[in-house]
Amino acid sequence: MRYLLRKFGFYLVALWAALTVNFFVPRLMPGDPVLILLAKLGQRGPVTPEMRASVEALLGAESGEPLWHQYLDYLGNLAHGDLGVSVTFFPAPVSSIIGQTLPWTIGLIGLATIISFLAGVGLGTVAGWKRGSWLDNLIPVTTMFQSVPYFWLALILLFAFGSVWPLFPLNGGYDVYNVTPGWNGPFIGSVLYYGALPAITIVLSSVGGWMLGMRNMMVSTLSEDYMVTAEAKGLRPGRMMRRYAARNAILPSVSGFAISLGFVVSGSIVTEAVFSYPGIGSALLQAVSGNDYALMQGIFLVITLSVLAANLLVDLLYSIIDPRTRSRA
Amino acid sequence: MTMTTERSGTTSRQNPKSTIKVRRLARNKKLLAGLIIGGAIVLFGVFGPLLTQDPALVNDIGLTPPSADHWLGTTQTGQDVLAQLAYGTRGSLAVGAIVGVLTLILSTFFGVVGAYAGGWFDEMFSLFTNVMLVIPGLPLVIVISSYVPDKNIWLVSIVLAITSWAGSARVLRGYTLSLRDRDYVLAARVAGEKRRRILAVEILPNLIPLLASQVVFAVIFAILGEAGLSYLGLGASGSFTWGTMLYYAQNGLALRLGAWWWFVPPGLMLALFGAALSLINFSIDEIINPKLRNQTRAARKGWRMSREQLSKAKEATL
Repeated sequence: MRYLLRKFGFYLVALWAALTVNFFVPRLMPGDPVLILLAKLGQRGPVTPEMRASVEALLGAESGEPLWHQYLDYLGNLAHGDLGVSVTFFPAPVSSIIGQTLPWTIGLIGLATIISFLAGVGLGTVAGWKRGSWLDNLIPVTTMFQSVPYFWLALILLFAFGSVWPLFPLNGGYDVYNVTPGWNGPFIGSVLYYGALPAITIVLSSVGGWMLGMRNMMVSTLSEDYMVTAEAKGLRPGRMMRRYAARNAILPSVSGFAISLGFVVSGSIVTEAVFSYPGIGSALLQAVSGNDYALMQGIFLVITLSVLAANLLVDLLYSIIDPRTRSRA
Repeated sequence: MTMTTERSGTTSRQNPKSTIKVRRLARNKKLLAGLIIGGAIVLFGVFGPLLTQDPALVNDIGLTPPSADHWLGTTQTGQDVLAQLAYGTRGSLAVGAIVGVLTLILSTFFGVVGAYAGGWFDEMFSLFTNVMLVIPGLPLVIVISSYVPDKNIWLVSIVLAITSWAGSARVLRGYTLSLRDRDYVLAARVAGEKRRRILAVEILPNLIPLLASQVVFAVIFAILGEAGLSYLGLGASGSFTWGTMLYYAQNGLALRLGAWWWFVPPGLMLALFGAALSLINFSIDEIINPKLRNQTRAARKGWRMSREQLSKAKEATL
């Protein structure tokens, strides 16, 4: 129980830190962000008083309100789920844009990451168990894929399977012309078809890391005394591999899974840009190119929240599979 | 290889330990390959720009495939891709170097000093590190860099370093905690050595391999991060890196027009350099953790075991 409380406490602090960073970054930047932003917006079209009010509420107006007061207002607005109004998609509120784009990203990134983790850990277990086998020798190749940047691999795959051999569509999240969004067969099929290439990219470039980590932990675990005991008892090799070696070797991978989520999200933002996938990464880039600070901050918050939530989940899972963490705390 | 093994027969009596080390390093093909590839790319980045033409020079031969005049072809405005690649290599390596140094400083400070000091000091440092670790880096970098209109390479590097040091600090902290309670450190304390001296002389040298591998990671991360940022059009303005090359290639529709000579080289350089650094890191890992080293097939072959012994050893590890 103390372990859980500690964890919750930590994530509360992390959440508060993220909110605070989000609040202070625009205010610490040189120059008056409100004037800069209004000037930029003025080039694109007339600035309505509502837009001006939205920008001022977001970035801190010259009204002479003390900073701590602005900060409290900001926290209060967030508590009500009020993230402000988007300028790019004026007058849509930021929360509705996030609501539209987030499921795409979670579907694509979430599934691809889980597939990659399971495949990597499985292959790593076997590679560590049968050291020196062809699978073990494959590991340098997969880590080579890992050092290739996500977006470049995506570009190459897109060039090969989109332009040269047109097997997959070039961009988008589903066939916009022929299917209607909803819970129907053609739409789901189309989503899977359009998501295949981005998902393959993410799996290819991240599977190597899991495989290597798992393989190295397996190797370390295999030389433990309890493995010798298990062998002396005459246990079947399959049982030794799964219940004795893999179960202990997977622990660092599980905690690594939490940490890597941040990197996965980062890589996927760029991947979404390559495939023009209608996810939250594309929305973030649109916000950046349109100087839409409300949308940008909202998306940053949502990404951070998702990563924190996933981390918390992994931590809880970790305390289930490794009883030692509970007793130690 | 043969040279070192022959010579080892004569010198081993005088200095057996160092000879074994040299032999092991030479036999370590991963390290050798990593050093050669990485070194070649660094040399290209340092000396390439001196030998090539102006990378921004516009010509009327747009989008030509590789030829004798332009070894890697031209962009759609007739700029020489090879020249751009040389300057881009220099830019990307500069980012990697700056971030590497900054990460070294930050992660050593927060990881090693905190863990050594202990108490609430350590608690605060550790909390700060963990918070930085869970806040996703690239979105933060995108948000920060979109507020700053004119960025130079230094600013981009500093932002990348600020968002990426936490992982290393955590690794270093764990290892420092285990070093702090070793007997020889306690002995040094009993002998009345100053705390600062214990940290600098007793603990830091043992951390050097780990520090090296963390810095290598940081360099890979920084170069990839900068490439991603530049590819999105948010990198340093007016500079050449591998990422900006890919950005211009994407905007110039190189992909649709099939101009592979434009977008393949920068990505290939990224991949090769990343792979070279990973290879170096693997061999550092094997030096730190002997369990990873002594039972690989290549190592067993190196012990000149017979075929039967090899298969026996294989059985033993199954």
